[in-house]
Amino acid sequence: MTVELGHYCLVLALVLSLCQSVVPIIGSQRNDMRLMATADWTAPATFLFLALSFAALVKANVTSDFSVQNVWANSHTLKPLLYKYTGVWGNHEGSMLLWVLILAMFAASVAVFGKNLPPALRANVLAVQAWILASFVLFILVTSNPFIRLDPAPFEGQDLNPVLQDIGLAIHPPLLYLGYVGFSITFSFAMAAMISGRIDAAWARWVRPWALAAWVFLTAGIAMGSYWAYYELGWGGYWFWDPVENASFIPWLTGTALLHSALVMEKREALKVWTILLALITFSMSLLGTFLVRSGVLTSVHAFATDPERGVFILAILILFIGGSLFLFAIRAPLLRTGGLFTPISREGALVFNNLFLTTAAATVLVGTLYPLVIEAVNGAKISVGEPFFNLTFGPLMIPLLLAVPIGPLLSWKRGDLMGALQRLYFAAGSALFVMILVLAFTTDAPVLAVLGIGISVWVTLGAFAEIITRSGFPKKSLPVAFKRVAGLPRSIWGSALGHAGMGLTLLGIVGVGAFQHEIITSVTPGQKVDVAGYSVQFDRVLPRKGSNYIEDVVLFNVTAPNGNTFQMQPSKRVYTTRRMPTTEAAIETFWFSQLYISPGDVALDGSVTVRFWWKPLVTLIWLGPLSMVFGGLISLSDRRLRIGAPTTAKARRKEVEVKASA
Amino acid sequence: MLNLVAAAFFFLVSIGIASAVEPDEVLDDPVLEERARQLSTELRCLVCQNQSIDDSDAQLAKDLRVLVRERLVAGDSDSQVIDYVVGRYGEFVLLKPRFSMRNLLLWATPIIALLLGAFAFLTMARRRRAAMTAESVSLTPEENERITKILDERD
Repeated sequence: MTVELGHYCLVLALVLSLCQSVVPIIGSQRNDMRLMATADWTAPATFLFLALSFAALVKANVTSDFSVQNVWANSHTLKPLLYKYTGVWGNHEGSMLLWVLILAMFAASVAVFGKNLPPALRANVLAVQAWILASFVLFILVTSNPFIRLDPAPFEGQDLNPVLQDIGLAIHPPLLYLGYVGFSITFSFAMAAMISGRIDAAWARWVRPWALAAWVFLTAGIAMGSYWAYYELGWGGYWFWDPVENASFIPWLTGTALLHSALVMEKREALKVWTILLALITFSMSLLGTFLVRSGVLTSVHAFATDPERGVFILAILILFIGGSLFLFAIRAPLLRTGGLFTPISREGALVFNNLFLTTAAATVLVGTLYPLVIEAVNGAKISVGEPFFNLTFGPLMIPLLLAVPIGPLLSWKRGDLMGALQRLYFAAGSALFVMILVLAFTTDAPVLAVLGIGISVWVTLGAFAEIITRSGFPKKSLPVAFKRVAGLPRSIWGSALGHAGMGLTLLGIVGVGAFQHEIITSVTPGQKVDVAGYSVQFDRVLPRKGSNYIEDVVLFNVTAPNGNTFQMQPSKRVYTTRRMPTTEAAIETFWFSQLYISPGDVALDGSVTVRFWWKPLVTLIWLGPLSMVFGGLISLSDRRLRIGAPTTAKARRKEVEVKASA
Repeated sequence: MLNLVAAAFFFLVSIGIASAVEPDEVLDDPVLEERARQLSTELRCLVCQNQSIDDSDAQLAKDLRVLVRERLVAGDSDSQVIDYVVGRYGEFVLLKPRFSMRNLLLWATPIIALLLGAFAFLTMARRRRAAMTAESVSLTPEENERITKILDERD
């Protein structure tokens, strides 16, 4: 019964969002407040019905109701309870339902928290949001309905894919979707602005927190997924330039560009047209990502299911939204008045530089991802575009960008002083040189590029704080004065410093692992010792163990660290009994920023095991960097300027006037 | 990322096979082995998805790794090994497509995008500056009058 109710709620959500697609926009055209106000309750109501629908699916999963086809295909009575919850979005249908749920949540939060938006803008934003929502709910109902029943109901399910039975599945997809779908709000704002033909600095101020929030989630989601792949897949890689990774990375690149261009628009009223275009492109890329993952056009294995019907449906949605928005842009953009002159050497100039390189990088990744597809369609030839290509094209694009990162925030608006900015970066530059010399002195075969990479990462990480140091007046002012000044700085300055420093840290991790990773592949017999970068690793024995829905061979290692500490590491080879699928569970031990990584192969008949040992220096920085970026984003979001900057409500204004009058 | 299903896929095709690069494949000569590893990262495992033969533990990837090492031991240069493998399996096996007319757009994208972008920004900036200066000099007589009036009032 709950399953049918869930299905029914989904249909209700479709009907409501269809109303919301039309009524508010008619209201805004006729300036009819009542029509516009309908969106204020349809948006939360749609969210409510989708939440109920989602809850029904969760209940079916948790209670292992195998009469539901979706549950039967992805669950099992013996599956641990946590994975019965997370398994809800570990498949195509369920994850699409989560997608629309988050979409509706964003729309509802605009309706609830956006009371200070001009009514017409809010109505238009919610209408555009409803277009997207209606399309995807329809998509679910027509091609990917999770509520289809099986008759007769099977006794046992087919279990969830073992590699998805991990805490990573609980966090990674929801975060990623919050990011992907979060950019729908900036898209809707851009569309609304073009429909009404009004874009000003206030518009940018409203959009920026939404873009920032989406960006924070997307950053966290991508980093989380990267770490998940690193420890779960058991071959120590953290980024594979796989089409589906690229699909999430392209919106991240354009979204990062959007954050920066919105800044110029808010502060200087320049780059209006460009910011609008970026907002459209960023969400279009999110949609493209959804299409690539769900349709199976790319031979990507991330696709849970490949079904031509679904592909065609999403392609239609894609063409409608990307084509429609770009068409509207083509008509409306020339009408937008731009303002704000600036010289090339200025804060605006630096942000344009940032946008130029980020969007070029995004275009490079996009073309690299789609090129094999296009070539095959054009002349039937099959080619591959993989990691070596992206390293060779994407990498060089990042160098000028990263070199410029510390300089940008030190330039003033309109007309900047490059020499002045560079003078404040003496310390960062000096430290970078010093570290490069240290690396050359203490390593024997460090590649030139690695030394350069380390230099750049030190430059970016330390240079990120140059603005804060400068503003504090230190060392000219005394330390207490400097502290007081730093405490009084706007939080957004801390936000950008932490964000930029995060870039530097990530680069340091990538270079550290890339250039100084130590790998040993060998076959070990019980009692045998292997030396991995100073850690003495002794293979003890193999211990068979039984989990709730798998059996495993645990390979025990006794490790002695260079400082004499001893501990045990227990990687294992698992076989999940229902799907008869083997997985490798690597063992990872963290020492400061570096990790010892052990990945076992199969146990041979004579008791020996083939094992890959890695010493991965500075590897955790790859994910601590994004963590710093996320933290910076959150601090920036809490900045008073973002909240107070928006116009006050009429009620608050009246109060202010009354206070003044009485004074 | 959700590269996990990739793993699931090749685990399926490779049941019973140990992880990538196994000890028995490793060449005695460390220089040759290093070259073999480098080449392996540039060759695609044909039965996996977007994975190099260096990362994959599919049987076919192992065969290719052994083949690469055989050619190196036989004295082939890196490019000869690549040519040999491409000759047998086609360009699909290369993770880094060749510079050719067909792949021109692929390789040129970064440069084209960068130049186009820079050109667009510069043109826009110039046009805007021209428009702004044109606007600022051409105050209408009425506007001039209003400004004088405002300035007079303040005195």
